[in-house]
Amino acid sequence: MQSYYEANARERLDGLLDPGTFREILPPVARTLSPHLQALDLPAAFDDGIVIGTAKLEGLAVLVAAQEGGFMGGAVGEVQGAKITGLLERARNAEVAGIVLLLETGGVRLQEANAGLIAVSEVIRAICATRVAGIPVIAAIGGQYGCFGGMGIAAACCTGIVMSEEGRLGLSGPEVIETAHGVEEFDSRDRALVWRTVGGKHRFLLGDCDVLVDDRIDAFRRAIAQALREGDRLDLDAVEREHALLQRRVDRFGGCDDGADIWRDLGFPDPENVPLLATDALVAISQRLRAA
Amino acid sequence: MNAPMALPRVWNQRAQGRVRRLERVSARLGPRLAGKVVEADAVVALLEELIEPGDRVCIEGNNQKQADFLARALTSVDVARVHDLHIVQSVLALPEHLDVFERGIASRLDFSFSGPQSGRLAKLAGSGRLSIGAIHTYLELFGRYFIDLTPDVALVAAQAADRHGNLYTGPNTEDTPVIAEATAFKSGLVVAQVNELVDELPRIDIPSDWVGFVVRSPAPHYIEPLFTRDPAKISEIQVLMAMMAIKGIYAPYGVERLNHGIGFDTAAIELLLPTYAESLGLRGKICRHWALNPHPTLIPAIEAGFVESIHSFGSELGMEEYMRARPDVFFTGPDGSMRSNRAFCQTAGHYACDMFIGSTLQIDLCGNSSTATLGRIAGFGGAPNMGSDARGRRHATPAWLAAGREAHRGDRAPPRGRKLVVQMVETFREHMAPAFVERLDAWELAESANMALPPIMIYGSDVTHILTEEGIANLLLCRDDEEIEQAIRGIAGYTAVGLARDRRVVENLRDRGVIRRAEDLGIDKRDATRDLLAARSIKDLVRASGGLYQPPKRFRSW
Amino acid sequence: MEHLEYRFDGGRPATAGSAARIVGVVASGNLEVLIEPVPGDPACSIAIDTAAKGFGEIWQAVMADFFARHRLAGIRVSINDAGATPAIVALRLDQAIEEFTRKR
Repeated sequence: MQSYYEANARERLDGLLDPGTFREILPPVARTLSPHLQALDLPAAFDDGIVIGTAKLEGLAVLVAAQEGGFMGGAVGEVQGAKITGLLERARNAEVAGIVLLLETGGVRLQEANAGLIAVSEVIRAICATRVAGIPVIAAIGGQYGCFGGMGIAAACCTGIVMSEEGRLGLSGPEVIETAHGVEEFDSRDRALVWRTVGGKHRFLLGDCDVLVDDRIDAFRRAIAQALREGDRLDLDAVEREHALLQRRVDRFGGCDDGADIWRDLGFPDPENVPLLATDALVAISQRLRAA
Repeated sequence: MNAPMALPRVWNQRAQGRVRRLERVSARLGPRLAGKVVEADAVVALLEELIEPGDRVCIEGNNQKQADFLARALTSVDVARVHDLHIVQSVLALPEHLDVFERGIASRLDFSFSGPQSGRLAKLAGSGRLSIGAIHTYLELFGRYFIDLTPDVALVAAQAADRHGNLYTGPNTEDTPVIAEATAFKSGLVVAQVNELVDELPRIDIPSDWVGFVVRSPAPHYIEPLFTRDPAKISEIQVLMAMMAIKGIYAPYGVERLNHGIGFDTAAIELLLPTYAESLGLRGKICRHWALNPHPTLIPAIEAGFVESIHSFGSELGMEEYMRARPDVFFTGPDGSMRSNRAFCQTAGHYACDMFIGSTLQIDLCGNSSTATLGRIAGFGGAPNMGSDARGRRHATPAWLAAGREAHRGDRAPPRGRKLVVQMVETFREHMAPAFVERLDAWELAESANMALPPIMIYGSDVTHILTEEGIANLLLCRDDEEIEQAIRGIAGYTAVGLARDRRVVENLRDRGVIRRAEDLGIDKRDATRDLLAARSIKDLVRASGGLYQPPKRFRSW
Repeated sequence: MEHLEYRFDGGRPATAGSAARIVGVVASGNLEVLIEPVPGDPACSIAIDTAAKGFGEIWQAVMADFFARHRLAGIRVSINDAGATPAIVALRLDQAIEEFTRKR
């Protein structure tokens, strides 16, 4: 199984981590099922749709969490949120090179209502606290369900994000935007448009995603390890630099209607061709344009 | 005493009628008609003058291509002038195709397939707004265009026309030639909507002699991408069934010439050719010649050298540039673009292919299969022409002779060949609906819709093999109806039909090779994973085509 | 949700030292299968929580055939099912046993 997109959570961990090093925390036999789903007479999962544990990645000691997108679209409920938050808190007492979050989620699990909202909020707070403690938190996004909603915010709070072209990162899902604002504003069935707006290539060109890789588990592995080695520093200066970057971005691209307009402004001579470029070709052109 | 004078018979009434219609059109349209070219905003007037009450009108509703501008115009004619039309049409695809009945413009219908309009069609038929003459297969309907259902007026769609009225229909030629020929040569009138008017056509698909009027439509005619299947949606069970099909049927019979009914099951077979079939040493021995639309999922097999030629019923959106680059494989004009032809492809699929394999919704204990469901009148399309023994066939191939030998019973019948007709289905569909039933829904539909016969798509007497995830039942080796019933039960898994099997009889059938399970074929179920597919996503197909395949937007995820 | 339980006797004990294994995903049309060793238990016990109600007879037949294929004792099989067909259920059960009995 080479494709990150096709693999389920456990298969991704199997391919990503150093063989034989993964020790699962709260494995399925612990039966941490969601009490909310059981109360609603809905199917539950033994691990509530997320696999967490300790492992080594290219020799680096890591704590890792992998969301199972197939279970409820990866939506985060109370138990899943507690597992991620617990993992992030555990990092501060452990000697680890960092945390790796394999995100595939629509955001808050609405069935769990306030418990889900609180869970995601706690994840966001824990990410920031862990980063302040100097421990990098690396997010990987490349699954079918993308990374949306409150977990999109969580991803943006991470040290760095590794994405494939197939991945999507956003806040409101495309269907939600179309429902709220109409098909003229955003046609969610125009998949090319969706990917120009929230897809991996666009996020990379916009600067939201730090590394763009091919849809291969080994490519994600290399990129995540590299990102971990770069370490982290989250302090007031870093936050202010980030805010300045966001302001410059709004100033420069605020008038653009479409991802293709942004790519043209960035200097791509043939923006319509960007979606068809191979990953390494796109990254090379982008680096050249940034240097210029 | 003189005999009473018989009025002399007039032998050219149709030609006279044609002249009358043309005069009316000319008078009404005036300067809005230049030679054969009609201005777009005069098209309703054109139809009002051209069509007479009670006319037989053929609207090009094909499987893919739709003369949508003309269909819409027809719904706007003055019903006092144009009414009680008899519509003859391949496919009812657009709402406008039924609006003409709601508005009293048309009252009678002969057709083949209704797809998305099947529910509304059932309602209109039930309420008496529309009376159905008969439901046909495509080839039957085309045949009747030359016998007793010849159109007086045909509304067709083409890619381009020149000023003379020559038409270029390109890859999506589909039904146009057969409709235009039948209409034109019985003094009928063909009206063509075109995407563009040009000085010189890439090639002439329909000669101007056959065409009465040409109108450039404001928007290009609609084409539905019906034959694209996303490999991402193929399941492990479908991979297993595809392995069984290849090893259990394609290989032993040596199936070189075939048609695939559209579906994810057959898409899985197409994607297993460069991998699984290759590993079995089958390249050059199976799947060489196809009657098939240009399925994107066949790209890897073409690239791997399995496929030598394909003739198509229609085209498929996004495949145009790929086909242009593979003219040895596809039927290609001197201009470089493909030409499809549904009538000829149906004929080829019926007579020149050794196997049909396709899926269905329900199968009964005789092997009859049906896609009929209550509340919908969907029709047949072309499947029965593919999925039936061609009793008129005479030329022999090893596959045809092998099946014929297995089917042979008794001493009195002469030896014959037999076409392989395979029904491939999972024992349960979505929501645990069983595919195997004691009585087809088709019987109830026939009763409620007043049909002469239950609408059976493929008759059990034509079916040679049924394939499920549980195994393959070879009906040719069954000696009587009782064995056929138990062979079907034996592969019907945990459905009520399957659970009611006679275990002893089924064991005996397995011993004789009438039923073969995956293990009997030497297939390890653990190998049936999606990793075996030559392409696992639309993007993989694009890559396999060297970037030539351009999938429609709805299939992209980049 | 419907809860179903089955016990089958007459199997041979699973290899000592086997660890719990899980396969599958609780997605529509799919299921997860957890197999845990229960040393000393002479039976194969199966517990199913399924979103598809009223198919007890089919589950019984599928589980009986599964037991007949592998005949393992001393295991507990736990299933969370979101409406998988018997074909997928049998596939995941076989995959789970494969994972459980594979030597590492």
